[in-house]
Parts: sequence; C-alpha cells; structure tokens
Amino acid sequence: MKQPPALAVSKPTKSGFAAGLPLPDGWICVITLITALTLIPVAVLVSSLFAPERDIWMHFVEYQLPQLLTNTFLLVLGVGLSVAVIGIALAWLTAVCDFPGRKQFSWALLLPLAIPAYVTAFVAIGLLDFTGPIQTFTREYWGPIKFPEIRSGGGVIAVMTLALYPYVYLVARNAFLTQGKHAIEVAQSLGFSPTIGFFRVALPMARPWIVGGVMLALMEVLADFGTVAAFNYDTFTTAMYKAWFSLFSLQAASQLASLLIMFVLIVVMAEQQTRTRVRYNQVGRHSVQNRIQLTGKRAWLATTFCSAILIFGFIVPVIQLLLWASEVVRQDLDERYFNFLAHSLMLGFLASLLVVMAALFLSYGVRHKTNWMLRMMVRIATIGYALPGAVLAVGIFIPVAWLDNKLVTAGWIHAPLLEGSLLVMLLAYLIRFLAVAHNPIDSQMHRITRSMDEAARSLGVTATQLIALVHVPMLRAGLITGAALVFVDVIKEMPITLMTRPFGWDTLAVRVFEMTSAGEWNRAALPAVALILAGLVPIFVLTKFRLK
Amino acid sequence: MLLELKGVGQSYSTSTVLRDISFALKPGEIGCLLGPSGCGKTTVLRAIAGFETITSGEIILDGERISMPGITLPPEKRRIGMMFQDYALFPHLSVIANIDFGLHGQSRDKRKARVKELLQVVGLERSGHAFPHELSGGQQQRVALARALAPCPRLLLMDEPFSNLDAELRERLSLEVRDVLKQEGVTAIVVTHDQREAFAMSDVIGVMGEGKIQQWDTAYNLYHVPANRFIADFVGQGVLLSGKMIGTNQVEIELGILDGRIPNSQELCGIYDGCAVEVLLRPDDIVHDDTSLLLAQVEHKAFRGADILYTLRLAGGGRVLSIVPSHHNHAIGEKIGIRLEVDHVVVFAASIGNSMR
Repeated sequence: MKQPPALAVSKPTKSGFAAGLPLPDGWICVITLITALTLIPVAVLVSSLFAPERDIWMHFVEYQLPQLLTNTFLLVLGVGLSVAVIGIALAWLTAVCDFPGRKQFSWALLLPLAIPAYVTAFVAIGLLDFTGPIQTFTREYWGPIKFPEIRSGGGVIAVMTLALYPYVYLVARNAFLTQGKHAIEVAQSLGFSPTIGFFRVALPMARPWIVGGVMLALMEVLADFGTVAAFNYDTFTTAMYKAWFSLFSLQAASQLASLLIMFVLIVVMAEQQTRTRVRYNQVGRHSVQNRIQLTGKRAWLATTFCSAILIFGFIVPVIQLLLWASEVVRQDLDERYFNFLAHSLMLGFLASLLVVMAALFLSYGVRHKTNWMLRMMVRIATIGYALPGAVLAVGIFIPVAWLDNKLVTAGWIHAPLLEGSLLVMLLAYLIRFLAVAHNPIDSQMHRITRSMDEAARSLGVTATQLIALVHVPMLRAGLITGAALVFVDVIKEMPITLMTRPFGWDTLAVRVFEMTSAGEWNRAALPAVALILAGLVPIFVLTKFRLK
Repeated sequence: MLLELKGVGQSYSTSTVLRDISFALKPGEIGCLLGPSGCGKTTVLRAIAGFETITSGEIILDGERISMPGITLPPEKRRIGMMFQDYALFPHLSVIANIDFGLHGQSRDKRKARVKELLQVVGLERSGHAFPHELSGGQQQRVALARALAPCPRLLLMDEPFSNLDAELRERLSLEVRDVLKQEGVTAIVVTHDQREAFAMSDVIGVMGEGKIQQWDTAYNLYHVPANRFIADFVGQGVLLSGKMIGTNQVEIELGILDGRIPNSQELCGIYDGCAVEVLLRPDDIVHDDTSLLLAQVEHKAFRGADILYTLRLAGGGRVLSIVPSHHNHAIGEKIGIRLEVDHVVVFAASIGNSMR
C-alpha cells in the first residue's frame, strides 16, 4: 500500500471538528476584548454609585433629582403611549384596510425615520415659538392669542412621537401583514364585528411585536440628548452634560449615568422578554388579499390622518429646513461647512469600518465555536445599543483619563494622549453601534450552513478560496447594510460626539447643536439638511438589499 | 476493492460513537448504510469524507490510506464527492455556476462541456441559469447530484439524499439516481433510515445499530435471513411466535412444524430437544388459502391497493401478519383459512416481550 503524499496531521477534538475554517486562538481574545469594552464603562459607572461625592450628590438629590425623575417619567409615559397609538393605527390602516393613497402612505410613513429627532425639535420650536412665523402672523392679523407653550413637556412628547412612531409602525405593520385578514375573519366567523375582532384578536396577537417596537422607541427616548436639550427640558442626559461641562464634576455625571442605566436595563429586559415570545407567536404567512374597504367619511378620515402625520413628521420640517437653509446658504456654505462635512464623513467611514470588522469577528466566532460562553459574550458585547450616548461618553472617559494619568505618572508620555482623541470616540461608537452592524451580518451568516462549507471542501476548495467564493458573496448584503446603518447612525450621533471629540473637531451634528443652542434656526438648518440626506440612505439600502 | 474500512472506531472520553466498522466496496458498487437516527451512520460517512477524525482502525481508498488515528487527509484532497441532506447549494450561484464550482483548475472549454453533460444527465438542460431558490425540491436535489459528480470523484457519498422530498417523489428519484450512478460508473455510499430507499438504490446494505454494523448483506438476505433480532425488527414487518425446537432442523409452533436449515440451532439449544425459541414470521410466510382447514380471525386490515395487510389472531392467542391479494376482501371478525409457506426458518432465543411491530 502506498502512503499518500500529503497527510495533514490533526488532533482529534471533542466535537470531532475538522470542517470549515480553523479558528485561531487569538480570535477568542479579540472577542473577549470587544466584550470587555462594553462591560468596562458599565462597571465603572455602577461602581461610582457606591462612592458618592457627598456635597454634589446631596445637592442633586435635594434640588434636581425629583425634577429629573418626574420629567423622565412623564416623557417615557407620554411618548410610549402616543407612539403605540399612532404606530398601531397607521399600521392597521396600511396593512389591512384600503383607502385612497394607502400604497404611497405605506412607505412614505417611514420617511420621518430619516430626520433626527433633534432636527424636528428645533424646526418645531422655530416655527411655533412666540417669535416664530405662525405666532407672529396671527398676532398681526387677529391680535394676541394665547398659544400653548411649545417649550414644554407636551412639546417634547409631540416632537419625539413624530420622530419615533415609525419604530412601532414598522413592527406592527409586519405583524398585521403576517396575520393578514385571517385573524379578523376568524373573529367574524365567531360572531364578532371587525372592530371588536381587532381588539379581541388582531391586537393581542400582534402584542409581542408592538411591545418590542415601543421598547425600542423608549430606549431612544432615554438615550436622547439633542431633543431635550433643544427644549430645555431637563432629563438625565442633559443633567449629565451640565454636570460635566458646567460643574466639571465627572463624579456627579457618572452617578447620574448609573441611575439612567437602571432605567435602561428595565426597558432592555422588557424588550428581550417580548423577543423570546415573538418566536412562539409567529403565525403562517397569509397574504392580505381582500382588504377592508374604507368608503365615504371613513376613507377620508384615514387619508387625512395619514397625511397629517406625514405632513407634520416629514414634509413641514423638510420644507422649513430648506427655506431656512436657502437664507444662509450664501454666507454659511463655506470652507468651515465643508470641514464639518468632511469630519462627519470621516467619522462615519472609520466607525463603520471598525464596527463591521468587529461584528464579523463576533459572527465568525459564534459560527465556529458554539459554546455558551462565547454566545454570552456576544450578547453582552451587543447590548451597547441600549446604553445612552451620554452615559457611554462618561463611562469611557473615566477609565481613559485614569489610564492617561497612569501613563504620565509612569513617565511613558508627557501629556494625556488618549483623552479627547479620535480613538476614544471611535471606541465609544463601537460599543454603541455594534449591534446595528451585527444583526444584519449575523443573519446573513446564518444562511451559510456548515454543509455549504463542507460541500465546498469536498469539491476541492481551500480555506481562502472558500471565503472568496462562498462567504464574501453571501455576506455582501449584510456587510453593506451594516456599514450603511452604522455610517448614518454615527453621522447623526450627538452626545458621544459632543462629549468625547478632540478639541475643535466639529461635525455636522455638533454644528446643529451649537446653532440650536444659540437659537439660530436658519444656520442650524444647513447642516441638518445634510443629515437628512444621509438619513435617507438606510431607507434606500433596506429596500434595495431586502434582508431575508 | 475501491474502499475499505478496517475496524474503524470513534470514541471520546465520555462516549463511543463508532465501534469496529469494517466493510469494503468494489468499483462501481452502490453501498448503503441503513439504520435508525443516532446509530452513527452519518458519522461513518463524514469520517470517509474526512470531516470527522477516527480513533481506531483505518480507511483506505484506492489503496491509499486516507484516515487513521491522528492522521486525516483533508477533505479537499480526497476527491470524494458528497451530497448533503440539505443539498447545501450555494444560493448566490446559478445552477451552472453551482455545478461548475468543483471544476476549478480545468480549462474553460472542458468545464463548459462537463457542465453541459451533467445538466443533460440530470435532465435540467433548461434550468441552467436558474438560481437554487427558483427550483423545486426534486430539481435542487438533482443539481446537488450534478455538482457532486462534476469533478469525477473517486467515490460519492450521499447523506439522506431524499429525506426532504415527499414519499412518491422519493421512490421515483431514488431509482433515477441509481440509473445515473450506474451510467456514470460511480462508486457510492448512501446513508438513509428509509429501507425502501435503501432497497431501491443499493447493491449491498449495512444495517447499523448502536455504532456497529449489525449485518452487511444484500437486501434479500437482510429481509429473509436477518442475523439478529435488531435486523429482524428494523427491516421489514413481521411477528415473533414462540416455538419449541425438535431436533436441529425442526421447530414447532402453534401453526404446525417448520422444516428448514436452522444454522444457529446448536448455538441456541445445543442438542437439547424442546428448548423454547422464537420464530420470525414475515407477512409473506402466511398465505391465505380458502381451502385450508387452519383458520384465523381477522383483527385489523390495512388496504394498500394491490394487496391487503391482515393482522390475524390465531386460535391459541398469537398474532400473525399476512399479505393477501386485494380482491380477497374479508371483514373484521371473519375467520379465514391460512397456510404456512416458510422458505427461510429464522429462529431466535426466547425472550420476554416478544411483540414486534
């Protein structure tokens, strides 16, 4: 018997694993590092709860905390309820009913996703303020009329609802489309009217999805900084910003951050709870063939309602922004503006590259070594999407400052090196947006089955060829989607950018914040238009590369 | 011999998956590993493909030792084709590109010709530019076969190749695939838990149970001369009736005395007459005969088209199965005449709980 020319020596492993790509040991180290990156800020902040700086803390508890808690509570309650009602209503109308304009509305109602809430916020203030065009106009023609104050809890809730209802709309619509009219027909066959059927059958069946959507919206509410800052409505995020930049108390900021984390954790747990239930509630796909035809007054009401949401949530803000931008385009569209733009693009590009690479690492890791430790680590690493940017900024600044300090004391460097560097900023983005890239990439990764790897190898293909010929083409849609989403999220991101950017490194979002703070709406409009254009990208990408 | 497995075993500290697997295939022969799920048959297949390591024995392909403990020739160097249960077609490639995938390193013209040839063999000439998701299950299966055959593998392995298809298609395709394999002169191993598929496709079958090959034989022998209770139970239908040995070549049961070569009588009873045994009776061993004086009562009946499978209750309380041409339609409770026609007398040691399905 002749010996084969090339025998590869392989150790028999417990799983008998000999297929696919060998996973280098360093891989696990990188995943551990990414996980630690998410855990460190949280650990630092939570530990600060146990070492309060007494004076400032007591001051907060006495004068600010009750106000912050009330404000946050009202905001969460108000936005939660109104996005649920509006999102469900729009989803039901476009998914199951039929009325003039339904087809166009069903995609157009997603457009408000492209406008950051803080942009809608300053447009609303600029329009409805005492000195704004509407009040000025009515004053001139009809004399003084008492308008409700826009800079109020109600104002914030209205603006946030217009910006965040698509989260609920998207998932509820999906749920109703999957149920189809089927659910209602079952109810009708049991003697219920369609209206009662909606409340007794369709709504309860869609509940897990809807709760999930509301929870995502609430995470955005808790994380929001730009909107509440524009309205001077104090919440934890603005209080942290003030503690840091006005009081220069990192300690106070981190204590506030740790309190906010508690709230976020509650929302995250609620969201994950519903997510496990969604799996069981999945029903077969029934296409909606015969919709409920709305006629006469009811059709008019439906069209008017959808139009109103679209007009106030997208059309009016965009027109107003364009008007304002055109006023200042001559003087402001200068070298500085292109500087902001370049900074934003560069940040978005670097961050999406970094985040996509990290997401690929996690995804490959779990694919090749499936143990609970690794899966746990990936779960932790991707929880950063729930951490408000302001919290992350504080949480990452503390250990970085400490490290800088140690290095200076040790004499390795002369001045703080990491503090206020691009690197720290990028790391914060990585933590915050890892899940954004991981989800689409991982869902594509799941499509590459192990037997595909084995089929390729049994057809005589090497590991490198396998990646080039099978993995890259199959992951392409996921990689592009992930990168686009992270790119846009980073460009729109405000608190992390504000709090960790290198000195003088201004971006479009920073410019919007500064001009909004100064009340110069028209000058904030110009960078905002660029942000909205960027925000349209993911809507385009999501429809182009529809993920399965 | 093209493929030889000699005492192949796979065991980990906690469990033994395979023990002492030995068999050999001649060039052009189609072998089958048949067994219930979890019996280790897929592990054998994956060990031959090189996806699993072995901890004892050796695997020899074409005189070349490709696996032994500690040494595994990588799968891409074995020139062994594999067809997967889920087909594992590449969804981003067209049918043509899928089939072409394993032909790298050959000239463009050669590749084109080979792909065209295979499309013809599997009857998909018109679907070459389609993508896998646009094809039906049966068509996908054919693409998977064509892709595995394209590089002219020395051996083709098929893991539950028809399990994703419905019963009717399964039977037709298994015959079709056999024709393709024979036409191409391919040596192949099929893994399945479906005996009809195994019977339809293969020249020789190894029935596996508990990590071992229980019997390596033709379909005929597996059915008529099963080596042990496990085989008797797993392959085909039948019942075990208790009986008594009288002499070395005779056994007495409720229905009379059976004569025949009983090779294991010595081993079971020595020379002791009257020792208790159990006798395997297949449904085709019991023949319906209206003139017979031996009567049995119809307890269940399953109409199957060409024939009816009757479950009959004997006077002494035992039950037997009988396949009867379908126009002999008797009602439940009716007593019908039967006759024994046992060509192969199969006897096992007596045990408690002798009911078979």
